[in-house]
Amino acid sequence: MDMQATKKKLNLKEKYRAMTRDLDWNPSYQKLEDIYPYASYEGVKIHDWEKWEDPFRLTMDAYWKYQAEKERKLYAIIDAYAQNNGHLNVTDARYLNAIKILLTGVTPLEYMAHRGFAHAGRQFPGAGPRVACLMQSLDEIRHAQTQIHSLSNYNKFYNGFHEFTHMFERVWFLSVSRSFFDDAVSAGPFEFIVSIGFSFEYVLTNLLFVPFVSGAAYNGDMGTMTFGFSAQSDEARHMTLGLEAIKFILEQDPANVPIVQRWIDKWTWRGYRVLTLVAMMMDYMLPKRIMSWKEAWEVYFEENGGALFKDLARYGIRPPKWLDQIAQDKDHISHQAWCTFYNYALAANFHTWIPSEEEMDWLARKYPNSFDKYYRPRLEYWREQAAQGNRFYNKTLPMLCQTCQIPMLFTEPGDPTKICYREADYKGEKYHFCSDGCKEIFENEPEKYIQAWLPVHQVYQGNCFPEGTDPTAEGFDPLAAVLRYYHLESGRDNLDFEGSEDQRNFAAWRGQATTNA
Amino acid sequence: MSTVFIALQANEDARPIIEAICADNPHAVLNEAPGMVKIDAEGRLVVRRSSIEERLGRAFDLQELQVNLITLSGHIDETEDEFTLSWNA
Amino acid sequence: MHIDLRTVSIKPLRQTFDHVARRIGADKPASRYQEGSFDLQATTNFHYRPTWDPDHKLFDASRSAIRMADWYAFRDPRQFYYGAYTLARAKQQDAAEANFDFVESRQLADALPDELKAQALALLLPLRHVAWGGNTNNAAICAYGYGTTFTQPCIFHALDHLGIAQYLTRIGLLFGDTEALAEAKRAWLEDERWQGLRRYVEDSFVIKDPFELYVAQNVALDGLLYALVYETLVDDVLATRGGTTLALLTQFMTEWFAETRKWVDATLKTAAAESAENKAQLEKWLRLWGERAAAALLPIARIVPDLDSDAVMSDVVQQFNARLAKAGLSL
Repeated sequence: MDMQATKKKLNLKEKYRAMTRDLDWNPSYQKLEDIYPYASYEGVKIHDWEKWEDPFRLTMDAYWKYQAEKERKLYAIIDAYAQNNGHLNVTDARYLNAIKILLTGVTPLEYMAHRGFAHAGRQFPGAGPRVACLMQSLDEIRHAQTQIHSLSNYNKFYNGFHEFTHMFERVWFLSVSRSFFDDAVSAGPFEFIVSIGFSFEYVLTNLLFVPFVSGAAYNGDMGTMTFGFSAQSDEARHMTLGLEAIKFILEQDPANVPIVQRWIDKWTWRGYRVLTLVAMMMDYMLPKRIMSWKEAWEVYFEENGGALFKDLARYGIRPPKWLDQIAQDKDHISHQAWCTFYNYALAANFHTWIPSEEEMDWLARKYPNSFDKYYRPRLEYWREQAAQGNRFYNKTLPMLCQTCQIPMLFTEPGDPTKICYREADYKGEKYHFCSDGCKEIFENEPEKYIQAWLPVHQVYQGNCFPEGTDPTAEGFDPLAAVLRYYHLESGRDNLDFEGSEDQRNFAAWRGQATTNA
Repeated sequence: MSTVFIALQANEDARPIIEAICADNPHAVLNEAPGMVKIDAEGRLVVRRSSIEERLGRAFDLQELQVNLITLSGHIDETEDEFTLSWNA
Repeated sequence: MHIDLRTVSIKPLRQTFDHVARRIGADKPASRYQEGSFDLQATTNFHYRPTWDPDHKLFDASRSAIRMADWYAFRDPRQFYYGAYTLARAKQQDAAEANFDFVESRQLADALPDELKAQALALLLPLRHVAWGGNTNNAAICAYGYGTTFTQPCIFHALDHLGIAQYLTRIGLLFGDTEALAEAKRAWLEDERWQGLRRYVEDSFVIKDPFELYVAQNVALDGLLYALVYETLVDDVLATRGGTTLALLTQFMTEWFAETRKWVDATLKTAAAESAENKAQLEKWLRLWGERAAAALLPIARIVPDLDSDAVMSDVVQQFNARLAKAGLSL
């Protein structure tokens, strides 16, 4: 037989099918439910995995080729940046504090995503999503490592970076991002892919890695710009996977719609709460600014997310709950978060400061409805106090929300002068929340959220001292012991930027670079 | 109509791609930011292999887009010849 | 303003991250492999028990019977982090691409004797499904194993298996067409000689202990299969019968096996050296899965005609046992 004559050229889609899902088969020596034990307990009904549409059709040969090209470019820049002391080219050393948050609060999430997608990629009975998930798992370890490698050079010269994995598991505010991801990975595989594909990729990383990273570029940080943009190109595939997963689940069975709706409500709110940190990074920690948090939110969430929700309306999905509150909050959360961290600068691994007069003017222009009225007077008061030698450090511990684990810093919808508190009783215990959203999320899954490792509770229970600490010893200083447990070097990693070692070193090194002295 | 977008790194590799996209999508709006170019378009945006090849003077595989892509939005439809972003509503 | 900063020599405050320095000393810079791997996985203060496995923490060493004082005792001798891994594979894929191009452009597949082509398809194409199983299992080891230096190479390995399944698919499409793939799948599902292997793979899918799965998949099955099929049947037997073209197209697999074996051996050696209990446990698993894999592969060896398959298989097993002995394990 003449093969050439009968052979038909496969198109991209057919070829990809032969290269992926055609590899799978129906097992007969083991039962499907034993091979995929976690596929049904969430209640999602899938009738036909074949209906899954592969969004990107990258085979491994193309994957290796293009990813290697990205890596080559990225590491060439990382090397050049380190060799040329590129860190001295950033606008000013305050900027570095934003990327300390990135390394300690976000990089470990990339690692969690890697493990979580390995799990999801193992557990879906459909071959299409499995391949996509495993490729994403591989991409995510890339993101963790390119971030570590890019920021490694900063760690050599500046404080606050040096214990990022240790701190991620212990420091109070880092439990915000950690618990977000633990929540997703400890959920079933369907909720995981919806939560991360949608909330983390579509909402969170798009805001972090596009406008924030563009801001990093504007502030002279080529390293961060390169890994940020380079990572986000993978995220384009990941967002598409998340979107396809949502569509696929919704199309499979009408009974899936309310389940997915609850996840969209929950994960929009969870992701939005974690973004409070990014809001603060954009508005307060980039010395040169290109876009306010509010503007970025409008482009990447309201406009882009809005288009998505409009698109999903045909399945009976409505926009997520609490959007009206979110719309009001965008004038406030970055300021409220910054004020909180300014207070708790003793126990954080980055520095805070009072923005300059010019920066306050910028904030006033970007936030005409809120900044001058509510936040500028506060910042000016603290500035005045600091000038008199009374830089205020809060030495007590804040009450945390049981769900998002952020201190109670958010205000009542409609009243930015009143802190918002909610509470719920469960099995004889009282639980506290920052918002209606967090309270409802708790009430839907109380058995999950009562397990939360709340840093403040843990400190008060004596679980956050280094091994061998004797809290009954004379002159015991609990805060100092907690900082030792965090591996936080008090006096170097924490406190105000003004007077910090980072500030001194940066000035001295840049002085060496720009003068002949 | 909702807006779809694609963002690419502002570098030499991406320049002909950006040109091709703008030529093929007269309704698209180009937004420049530090390090990146974001192209917004109402409803639909098409990236054509042939248009890029014309500008590059060599064969181009649409999957090469990955290398300089930053982000995008909308549903994706990918064939050998076209890469399309669109919303259904 | 851009300042030329090259001339400035400033002394770093520290050489690497503290958790890395605790492992390698604070006096020297760390490698990218070390900084990108050490202690990345969370070990304490987990927030929620996984709803899919409430008896364990999200990451939990007790999912395995293997006990390690420190799971970061495992090291990948290739020092693969993502970048190093991807660059290595891109280089191999370049070579593979060139080989496929060479064969395609000169229509060398058509020049192969029909009989040999049929043997190659019968031998290789059902292995697409075995490689898919390797993909599945390594995803599981990566997800449920403990410690990044143990789990990280498994995601690389998982996607490598997918890549191999895709190279085999290309061979199928080059020598035949989608019909050839369908025929091979039918053989995989129904043909008696493939059923031992299929049963092995499906049984491996329900192994819960990630280290036992590592032994069943990466040590026993791949250790015997790659040595038998690619190193022996393709490179030694079929190549000398006019099938050098085929050996060209499976070069990736041969090189991949030679490379990944070093990592697999290092992993075994480290686990076995940790304690007598580990060693005994590994030997128990190796006996169980090694014997099953050898028995499942024998009918596959028989696909190649005019060959003393039993002798070939017993050679492969002997070499395999010698390999294990070097890792400190006796069967």
